[in-house]
Amino acid sequence: MTNTWSDIKNADVVLIMGGNAAEAHPCGFKWVIEAKKLNKAKLVVVDPRFTRSAAVADYYAPIRTGTDIAFLGGVINYLLTNDKIQHEYVKAYTDFTFLVDERFAFENGLYSGYNADKRAYDDRSSWQYQRGEDGYVVTDPTMQDPRCVYQLLKKHYSRYTPDVVSNICGTPEDQFLKVCEYIASTSGTDRVMTIMYALGWTQHSQGSQIIRTGAMVQLLLGNIGVKGGGMNALRGHSNIQGLTDLGLMTNLLPGYMTLPGERETDYGAYIARRAPKPMRPNQMSYWQNYEKFHVSLMKSWYGKAATAENNWCFDWLPKLDKPHDILQVFEDMYNGKLNGYFCQGFNPLAAFPNKSKLNVALAKLKYLVIMDPLATETSEFWKNYGDLNNVDTASIQTTVFRLPTTCFAEESGSLVNSARWLQWHWKGAEPPGEAKPDTEIMGSLHLHLRELYEKEGGTFPDPILNLDWPYKRPHEPSSEELAMEFNGKALVDLVDPADPTKIIRKAGEQLDGFAQLRADGSTACGCWIYAGCWTQAGNQMARRDNADPYGDGQTQKWAWAWPANRRILYNRASADPSGKPWDSRRRLVWWNGKQWGGDDVPDFAPASAPEVGMGPFIMNPEGIARFFARDMMAEGPFPEHYEPTETPIGVNPMNDNPAAVYNPAARIFKGDLPNFGTSAEFPYAATTYRLTEHFHYWTKHVNINAVLQPEQFVEIGEGLAHEKGIANGDRVQVSSKRGYIRAVALVTKRIRALKVNGQTVHQVGIPIHWGFMGQAKAGYIANTLAPFVGDANTQTPESKSFLVNIEKV
Amino acid sequence: MALQSLDIKRRSATTTPSPQVRQTLEVAKLIDVSACIGCKACQAACMEWNDIRDEVGTNVGVYDNPSDLTANQWTVMRFNEVETADGGLEWLIRKDGCMHCEDPGCLKACPAPGAIIQYSNGIVDFHEEHCIGCGYCITGCPFNVPRISKKDGKAYKCTLCSDRVAVGQAPACAKVCPTGAIQFGSKEKMKEYAETRITDLKERGFDNAGLYDPAGVGGTHVMYVLHHADQPGLYNGLPKDPAISPMVSVWKGVTKPLAMAALGAAALGSLFHYVMKGPNEVSKELEDEMEREDERLRAQEKEDVK
Amino acid sequence: MIRNPRDIQRYNASERANHWIVGICFILLALSGLAFFHPAFFPLTQLFGSPTWARILHPYIGVVMAFFFLIMALRFARLNFIHKQDIEWLKRVGEMVNGDDHNMPEQGKYNGGQKVLFWGLVIGMLLITVSGVLMWRSWVAVPVGVVRAASVVHAGAAVFMIGLIIMHVYAAIWTRGTIRAMLYGTVTRAWAKQHHRVWYRQITGDKR
Repeated sequence: MTNTWSDIKNADVVLIMGGNAAEAHPCGFKWVIEAKKLNKAKLVVVDPRFTRSAAVADYYAPIRTGTDIAFLGGVINYLLTNDKIQHEYVKAYTDFTFLVDERFAFENGLYSGYNADKRAYDDRSSWQYQRGEDGYVVTDPTMQDPRCVYQLLKKHYSRYTPDVVSNICGTPEDQFLKVCEYIASTSGTDRVMTIMYALGWTQHSQGSQIIRTGAMVQLLLGNIGVKGGGMNALRGHSNIQGLTDLGLMTNLLPGYMTLPGERETDYGAYIARRAPKPMRPNQMSYWQNYEKFHVSLMKSWYGKAATAENNWCFDWLPKLDKPHDILQVFEDMYNGKLNGYFCQGFNPLAAFPNKSKLNVALAKLKYLVIMDPLATETSEFWKNYGDLNNVDTASIQTTVFRLPTTCFAEESGSLVNSARWLQWHWKGAEPPGEAKPDTEIMGSLHLHLRELYEKEGGTFPDPILNLDWPYKRPHEPSSEELAMEFNGKALVDLVDPADPTKIIRKAGEQLDGFAQLRADGSTACGCWIYAGCWTQAGNQMARRDNADPYGDGQTQKWAWAWPANRRILYNRASADPSGKPWDSRRRLVWWNGKQWGGDDVPDFAPASAPEVGMGPFIMNPEGIARFFARDMMAEGPFPEHYEPTETPIGVNPMNDNPAAVYNPAARIFKGDLPNFGTSAEFPYAATTYRLTEHFHYWTKHVNINAVLQPEQFVEIGEGLAHEKGIANGDRVQVSSKRGYIRAVALVTKRIRALKVNGQTVHQVGIPIHWGFMGQAKAGYIANTLAPFVGDANTQTPESKSFLVNIEKV
Repeated sequence: MALQSLDIKRRSATTTPSPQVRQTLEVAKLIDVSACIGCKACQAACMEWNDIRDEVGTNVGVYDNPSDLTANQWTVMRFNEVETADGGLEWLIRKDGCMHCEDPGCLKACPAPGAIIQYSNGIVDFHEEHCIGCGYCITGCPFNVPRISKKDGKAYKCTLCSDRVAVGQAPACAKVCPTGAIQFGSKEKMKEYAETRITDLKERGFDNAGLYDPAGVGGTHVMYVLHHADQPGLYNGLPKDPAISPMVSVWKGVTKPLAMAALGAAALGSLFHYVMKGPNEVSKELEDEMEREDERLRAQEKEDVK
Repeated sequence: MIRNPRDIQRYNASERANHWIVGICFILLALSGLAFFHPAFFPLTQLFGSPTWARILHPYIGVVMAFFFLIMALRFARLNFIHKQDIEWLKRVGEMVNGDDHNMPEQGKYNGGQKVLFWGLVIGMLLITVSGVLMWRSWVAVPVGVVRAASVVHAGAAVFMIGLIIMHVYAAIWTRGTIRAMLYGTVTRAWAKQHHRVWYRQITGDKR
């Protein structure tokens, strides 16, 4: 979230799209109700289904699954053509005036630089700005130049007219326009919209681009960086934000730093590439501090072994040949290239697509380690559960180790919520049986490995043997120790650069924040964005003062938010270029003549006067927000509508290029191509989702949740039910090219047939929560049906759009 | 369920006043249907606080689970899909359960002294240790709420967490409701709060928004804010003008003492008839006649023997 | 032990047993039913072990009574067909109640009053049994509206029948020499001749 949960109450319009906050985030949803009560806010829901969010919405519009870019592109077009944008904001705080490389082009669904053989844009050199002789980006403040971002944007989205949108999305034109009106009502400085989205936008082959399109709408309206606005990703797990923060992705290091690629063998070049110079005069480009964060991380990991001489152990870092995301790992496993696999708090057999492929892949492993509090489906993948998991146990030779772990309530620690709050929690119960905290299992494993390396040597023992392991109980690092390590500490007495006689922090003391980090090895910090969470003053995450002095929900003393306890990102943008709040009723941070201050910690150089012209998006080398994503997105700088990989209409109405029907850069493995269905065989668009009564595949193990939602079902509209002779409560079989599931049919008015590209498209809703383990009635794994396709940028599987057929059984 | 003893307004099958020197604030639970997201947190909280668990059931083609109130499920979310005149759709979600009527039909019908109690705060509570399991409360309830347990044959329903309220806590469902759709407080405050919600709903185009506090049962201590207060039936058949059924009133009303009086009169009348008119005996004349005949026959028999 | 061999058999052993099964059932049902009907009688439930036992037993006793009442009704139905002289008798019932039976028309085995009682009880039993079954939640599930109507009918029928039985019992007590008919089966010839002269003649062949 750019903003914070409690800030949603400040919104005038709440758009829920690509998510279902009322069902998947019922506790956070209270702030939407608060906005309605206190602020007379209007709630607008756009979703393939009339959800429980829609049940309390002021307006609902249906949409075909996977067509959100077309919808939002249409909104962009509406805002531009009807002049419903916040002019001063977009001109000063976005790249509207920036000129783009003349070679950059978009033709018939493809951008310049596409390599059809590789199914990738391997030449993105034209996706850049024009640079002047001074090295800075050339701009046109009049925004008349046809190569300026504004003109290119306008041209690109002029194609998304209401009838085109309606034709692709199936949203009736009048309903689409009504949604546009609600959104456009926040284009002035006195009204603000927030967007709440979740996996309904993420889990598509073009998911990242959908989210970008949403962000672009918000930028046009001047709704980023202000109270009640923002792009608010509602995270799906209580600590999934913490997972990404700490770099648990194969290409990441903690704090969104990145691992070097296999060609990046030079330390200096590695850092330089990640510490870009400002692209415009007087911009901050905060990532220029990258080396400070990186060196402090390496000092945290390797302690004394990390020195300037060995480039802070740069050579010990793995160098990536390609992303080793989960799809890739299972592809490798499927091809017999993997011997062992650790599932730590992860149930891939249920959570990842194409179960039958996963079953084959897991069976090729020599060993599989499951660390989980529950008996997961993955841990029983080898066992025959009849139709639900029809495997030949005798032929599977994989050894499965099941290591029971504690649940969150059985250990102390912090969880990072969607709003980036690190909230400390205290152990509430002893774990049952032999369950152990993950840290103890991993700690013990490390010590064993280290002993083996010490005794027997090995090809490359250095990173293991030199890992700094200062914990009081080495086999069981405590949450407190780890949290303090993430915050970081001074390794020597830190001297104030401005006044050498002054010592800011003595050696061994906790740091106050990432501003104190150094690139000379004098500081250690396990995750730079967490610096400040456990200072010399103690555990900031454990704070529980919910005082809200400004009455705007910023509650600065409740827990601790990264970065720097900042509740709203880009909050400099809440004030106009002169430093005055756009809306006096919505003051957040402002320039008081000497420095920036206000309700929130300024996301800015605290003493940079407005006249200097530093932009509010200080992490970007441009200093402003980008409509034109340069070369940073895999499928192009402007989001373009592509059909889901499995499309019910077979064509992309936006072009007639067979290579651009679905995302031309989507994550697809060659071997999976025969596993995609067509609308001839599987005519219905399906989407998967969560229900409020359950959490993923966990709570089916809990009796109360099982009582509240006991049995697997799929939702279909009355039209489809009538066509197929299915009555409410009948048992049906839903099949895709990859398998089938059987469940109760719930026939509803809430899913309506849509008119798309001249044909009727029915959608089938598939809740995911069932499996063959747990207390709820045993059911099929919904992801049996989903395709093995990933987003081009994040490799997130396309679980939200695929094709199925449905029959009564 | 709670064992308060000094603030009992009414007690089932009891003809004399109950202890009521302690006066408590009249409370109410307000369910703002327009803010309810049907998350069932209230159901879960109810199960947890009261330590009741229903069976893991089946899906019968709706989101309502368990699909009905049971002795182990004192509140259930009812989901209703309603098409509007303009072709739109509404998904009306109502938390169903005991309404805690001011004039409770269950209490009126209950034959077991003290099995149903109404406290001065308005809560209608079942005391299952006095319950005989006859089900008359079900017969008396205008909202079809009480359920007989298959396990112990006693009737159960929402207690409005009388045990929590007795010690100044809100009911468990109100405590956990994430959106504040369930509010709890004095009935007066709840009505005031409801007004603000109704105003808001009217501004949003729900011209018939209103409070459901039906007069037919003397008002309730569980009230709803409805978008369509003119059509409560849309909310899973919430009765428009609920009242204790005339059948129940006839059965448990004045006819009771009248019938008792009639039976008493019949018994007493008989006694006094006997006392005043004397028995209906066989006449002496007939008895003598039979006596004579007997003697004659006996004599004849003797001769025959000779 | 036969007091007088010339006494007339009014009820055989089977009939008497049948009657008393029904009678005992009725008393138990009345006691438990009244307890549910009015709080004043609630303590009567203790006669059954506990209030809950009273609730549990009541319908089962009802089933037993309904069964034996049915048999008894079938046995006696023919004898209770109402004839002209019964109407006449009923017209003059006031005199009877006043203690003067001289002008009462001669009666068969049952007089008009008894026949009315019989049919009253038959109707009452029909109503109370059907309504009772509809109210029996342990076994029967019908819409609550039906249960409510059944409850009213059940209570009404019960009051009606208890009223009839009070009359029945009183009539037996009032008319001396009657109760023995149901205890050991016989009545005196005088009793029979006085109260049921037609029947007396049928039995004895006495033309007087």
